[in-house]
Amino acid sequence: MDENILIAKNLVKTYTQRSGRFGFGSTQVKALNDVSISLTKGKTLAVVGESGSGKSTLARCLLQLQPLDSGEVLFQGQDLARLQPSALREMRKNLQMVFQDPFASLNPRMRVGEIVGEGLLIHDIGNAAEQQKKVLAMLKRVGLTEADMQKYPHEFSGGQRQRIGIARALVLQPQVVVCDEPVSALDVSIQAQILLLLKELQQEMALSYIFISHDLRVVRHIADDMVVMYRGQVVEQGAVADIYVRPAHAYTQNLLAAIPGKRVVSG
Amino acid sequence: MAVDLQTDHSAKSRPLLQIEHLSISSKKMPDRLLVNDVSFSIEIGKTTCVVGESGSGKSLTALAIMGLLSRQLQLNGGKVLFNDIDKGVVDLTRLDDESLRKLRGDKIAMIFQEPMTSLNPVLTVGYQIGESLATHLGLKGERLKNKIADLLDMVGIPPERANSYPDELSGGQRQRVMIAMSIACEPSLLIADEPTTALDVTVQAQILKLLSDLKSRMNMGMLFITHDFGVVADIADNVVVMFRGQIVEAGTREQVLGNPQHPYTKALLACVPDAEGTKQLRPIDYAWLADEGKEVAATGVVHG
Repeated sequence: MDENILIAKNLVKTYTQRSGRFGFGSTQVKALNDVSISLTKGKTLAVVGESGSGKSTLARCLLQLQPLDSGEVLFQGQDLARLQPSALREMRKNLQMVFQDPFASLNPRMRVGEIVGEGLLIHDIGNAAEQQKKVLAMLKRVGLTEADMQKYPHEFSGGQRQRIGIARALVLQPQVVVCDEPVSALDVSIQAQILLLLKELQQEMALSYIFISHDLRVVRHIADDMVVMYRGQVVEQGAVADIYVRPAHAYTQNLLAAIPGKRVVSG
Repeated sequence: MAVDLQTDHSAKSRPLLQIEHLSISSKKMPDRLLVNDVSFSIEIGKTTCVVGESGSGKSLTALAIMGLLSRQLQLNGGKVLFNDIDKGVVDLTRLDDESLRKLRGDKIAMIFQEPMTSLNPVLTVGYQIGESLATHLGLKGERLKNKIADLLDMVGIPPERANSYPDELSGGQRQRVMIAMSIACEPSLLIADEPTTALDVTVQAQILKLLSDLKSRMNMGMLFITHDFGVVADIADNVVVMFRGQIVEAGTREQVLGNPQHPYTKALLACVPDAEGTKQLRPIDYAWLADEGKEVAATGVVHG
């Protein structure tokens, strides 16, 4: 069944940049220039491109963390861009995000139990004991222990913090998870653990991922479909397996040629 | 203090840098070795890659070569023998500050990991590149300017950007400026500490190509620190794998990547995703540590 769970149509987002002498002038930078994507239910859609290509802006605009200039984001038949703030907050239960930097995205003054449980509190799901139970089950699922609930983020390594970030996003049992470079700040050894965890959770919880990355080796392993972005525009999209074999656009060919270690490494 | 150790060997046949039994610990806990009995060497005109997870001691080893260890740390022992073509072999760990300063930036240069934080934001990049030229080679005026322009040109930045400040350049350009600074005096040894980790793949490919061109053009020896096996496969001649302060495996690129012997190297290679997507991705496995523990008990050899 190929059902699209999230569809974005003709997204446009422009930033104003100071320029000229003393920054008195200003130029318009099109971070998203008529971008349309669709995410199939239960699949992973990778968004690749170099820094400045608009990948992260796309992630934030999909979840309405940043206002769009124009375009619509359809989820369950509703346009997220037009929802009232309260309705949008209600909808966010189903749309969660895993952030790039595990060191900056967790509140240093909150205990891990509070960080993971905050979503349940906001959406008023269950009583305190049930919330506690859910948080614990989620933490155990991502490989942490009961004792970790009382700890603060600084007591954890980068990989463990990313696990906390994943638990925080998934405790609400969302349908769509946007992962903004979830493994780029981690060592290769930890990176593999997190990728495998994300894959397992996707199958268990029937999640659909939007996976933002600039590492094409990672994308090859985790994604089903991909979108290649360049200067705010989508230059190519399709199934990962096809694009890696036959990249049509010159920029995609460049990206693929730039993957390090194509020559030797055999496991 | 230049110690001429073995005069009977010609300078050219000796390795460029020889690290022997290097150990580093924090001053407060001298028993806990952060780098434990590390020995390897770098040949003239070859690249040695040091691979390992964070905390494995790869950056500390590099800093110890340069004599840049922070004050909280101490060298517990070992030698760092640098083969200076003009002056013979010197032990870098025994040099006084003044002679070390003369070597640094001239014969031995370093590229740091973070191009955003390792440049001085209030000085133009031209000035920062010229600093070592003025100090070590005594260049001045027009000749200095021309040399800076040449260097910028060599790393692929338009020479007129010499008057730009670091914040006016992109991440890739800043890293190129760092490279221009480090090769300014044509060092015989270049230490690169994860020079491409913060960069995009396309920019990374350019930088790696640039470094390998420069290496062959200037016959430079290179110590390249990374945790990306893809990069290792592209540029290394020799590979050293570190784990918790110790070397677990060392050899040529073909040996280490093609036929890894140590279980840690195998585990590390198994968690690198490949571009074809055919390889089964496996999480890192420390089961071998338990096995090694038994072996240690049996043979009576103590690992830190």
